[in-house]
Amino acid sequence: MPEPILAVTELDAFYGDFQALFAVSVAVEPGEVLAMIGANGAGKSTFLKAVAGVIPAKREAIRFRGESIGGLSADRILKRGIALVPEGRRLFPSLSVEENLMIGGQLGRKGRWSLETVYALFPVLGERRNQASTSLSGGQQQMCAIGRALMANPDFILFDEISLGLAPVIIKDIYAALPGIVAGGAGAVIVEQDITRALSVATRVVCLQEGRVSLQGRPADLDRAAISAAYFGT
Amino acid sequence: MQWINAIVQGVLVGGLYALFAAGLSLIFGVMRLVNIAHGDLIVLAAFLALVVMQTLGLGALESLVVVIPLMALLGYVLQRGLLNLTLGSDILPPLLVTFGLSVIIQNGLLQVFTADSRRLNAGALEVATFNLAGIDIGVLPLVMFLAAVAVIGVLQFIFYRTALGRAFRATSDDADVARMMGLDNRHIFGLAMALSLAVVAIAGVFLAVRTNFDPASGPARLIFGFEAVIIGGLGNLWGTLAGGVILGVTQAIGAQINPGWQLLAGHLVFLLVLAFRPTGLFPRIAG
Amino acid sequence: MSAVTPDWRVERATATSRLAAVVAIVALIALAAAPAWAGRADMRLLSEIFTYLALACLWNLLAGFAGLVSVGQQAYVGFGGYMLFAFAILLGVNPLLTIPIAGILGALIAVPVAVLIFRLSGAYFAIGTWVMAEVFRLVFAQVSALGGGSGTSLPVAVVKDIAEGRDMREWIVYWAAFLLVVVVLGGTYWLLSTRRGLALAAIRDSEVASESLGVRIWRTKLMIYVVSAGATAMVGALIFLQKLRISPDAAFNVNDWTAYVIFITVIGGIGTIEGPIVGVIVFFLLRETLADLGSIYLMILGLVAIVVMLKAPRGLWGFVQDRFGIELFPVRRRIRYPLD
Repeated sequence: MPEPILAVTELDAFYGDFQALFAVSVAVEPGEVLAMIGANGAGKSTFLKAVAGVIPAKREAIRFRGESIGGLSADRILKRGIALVPEGRRLFPSLSVEENLMIGGQLGRKGRWSLETVYALFPVLGERRNQASTSLSGGQQQMCAIGRALMANPDFILFDEISLGLAPVIIKDIYAALPGIVAGGAGAVIVEQDITRALSVATRVVCLQEGRVSLQGRPADLDRAAISAAYFGT
Repeated sequence: MQWINAIVQGVLVGGLYALFAAGLSLIFGVMRLVNIAHGDLIVLAAFLALVVMQTLGLGALESLVVVIPLMALLGYVLQRGLLNLTLGSDILPPLLVTFGLSVIIQNGLLQVFTADSRRLNAGALEVATFNLAGIDIGVLPLVMFLAAVAVIGVLQFIFYRTALGRAFRATSDDADVARMMGLDNRHIFGLAMALSLAVVAIAGVFLAVRTNFDPASGPARLIFGFEAVIIGGLGNLWGTLAGGVILGVTQAIGAQINPGWQLLAGHLVFLLVLAFRPTGLFPRIAG
Repeated sequence: MSAVTPDWRVERATATSRLAAVVAIVALIALAAAPAWAGRADMRLLSEIFTYLALACLWNLLAGFAGLVSVGQQAYVGFGGYMLFAFAILLGVNPLLTIPIAGILGALIAVPVAVLIFRLSGAYFAIGTWVMAEVFRLVFAQVSALGGGSGTSLPVAVVKDIAEGRDMREWIVYWAAFLLVVVVLGGTYWLLSTRRGLALAAIRDSEVASESLGVRIWRTKLMIYVVSAGATAMVGALIFLQKLRISPDAAFNVNDWTAYVIFITVIGGIGTIEGPIVGVIVFFLLRETLADLGSIYLMILGLVAIVVMLKAPRGLWGFVQDRFGIELFPVRRRIRYPLD
């Protein structure tokens, strides 16, 4: 069995006094796409934020490529190769599309992603490269946010609410692009509300419920009833 | 002819006001910090130039070679060591800390240099004039005005055409996401303050060549710069230049009527703008 | 637990605060009787302490409770001072009577000033207040009937209007200062315990939240600004009644009437009722020991204020409060269970 590339062990996370995660343990092996599902407030975004260094975590709780990275600042974690596509896209409104992508790439990590390859993946971004990022539609903004994360040439990528608020056509486009995105890297975690979609791309699924892991397994091994029970806690 | 002359002098001094304003505007744009010690830092730069001229035997304008990097370094250290600690949703800490800083700088200068009024000597350049259509224009004021325009052009270029400017704008938009993109906002803010104080250095030396200065001269410079920013419109550097020129011209006209009205006239135009165009005359167009 | 009679009650007073009230009353009586036991120099010092305490309390009301950080309160100190001279010299009004007049006019002039500078948000508001103070200074420097730029003194005849004898005069000025600081302290305390005061606390705690609660922020802020301007003008009139001489530079001095006041409040504890009292004691202790140092004294004050702002943002008093939970003049209501 290969060494996990990302090993999260007994991760606790807090917002002030409020505890959002309780001893969550998850491992992702090289080349895997992990889908994280769960109801609103189950702690999925919190998990991604802790891994990306946006909120604090204990040093030993998160290991990436065998090194402890928990609690490092977000910029240091990105330097080690983990990028986050944040929930709600959060593009820089006063920057153009291309400038947003360039901010993503400004660390200068080497890899296959560049302005050209991102534009090849999402041609509409290339057409609108000089427009203000605020002029894009929701789906285009999501593409730009994904492109911005890719520009850092991460080894490991975290997608928060990848399809939230997007039209079904756009979701299809983005999921069609996903294998190409993940193939170049060492792994990915996807947070997704749509369980069917999540199961279709994932090699493994983790379900969170009230800050705890309620189910974990390969999509083929899990039946709907078990997932539903883990999801809603019935 | 006297009036036209006054207006021309006002335009030229407006460039200096725009320089006072540019550094203030820059850091407000990047980190929403209003630096109450800004004027005192201008005066500090002037005294620094005085020391550099005396110890290295440089001319006033040549002293910039030393003063600009020193002030920029001071800006970076000040930001990383002190001002970054004050940033957050509460506006009290940055205001009160920079206010404390202002008092410290003023009294520190008083302690070292006494309350005596000083002036930097720019040599022959200081008295050189040429005559244009009957108006005497000083070479030095003109050089300063052109330099002010150039500084604002360079700032505009940095802000909108370089990676550093991109980082400034991104951090200003959303410091958390910028951090996720590998931009350490503490460092970015340090660089912004360094750039601001580099401009302050130029403003300080120009001020000191143009007029007398003493340790208590800072607050008035802060106020002129602030008025230029508000008159011109927040977030628009060329607007700030226009604001500085409007302020300079109004002061010159006021002084022409009655010497006691020089400053009052400037404040009056600021209040009029605030009353009728609170977003300034040239607000930045969104997008 | 019964559903009919709640076994908790809401109250503001605590045992400590009751003790504090007793101590405060004793102190007030002793201070009111100061002419009986204090020498002339001591009374002057006490008067000065009172005026600084009043200014600090008013600035705290603005910045600490209403979020209006002003660095231009010298506008109203100077305005009040000039009203004293204008009414007493030019119109022959009794100098003591000019104090309330200064208050009313200060409040009136604060309305248009506020309408203008309230257009500046947050931090720029602070510099706007400074510009206003400069405008006031420059305008009064133009009034030649009051000495123009070099200022003027209160004629002996006018001074004698207060009282014939010198001792009585000094006592009256002392009592005026004492009364004023008691009114300002009491008024601030009262204001903060009223509904408006609670609205203020909401502004301070969260601008966005209270907006959604429908609190009329703008009007409440305006009211606070105008009231504190009027009261500051009264303090200003009193200050220059002690000094008997005024000039634009002294009247609108940013160091004397704003910097010191900010330092007092910040060091004592911004946003707490007790803060200015603690701050003014620390300030005068420091001044009596370090004043010989001149500008170094000011540098030390600036440094202390910065350190306090960074390390204990609610000042010495906030530090004590957090550590020991003491509140001498409680404005917050707390829920009490019988077991307490």
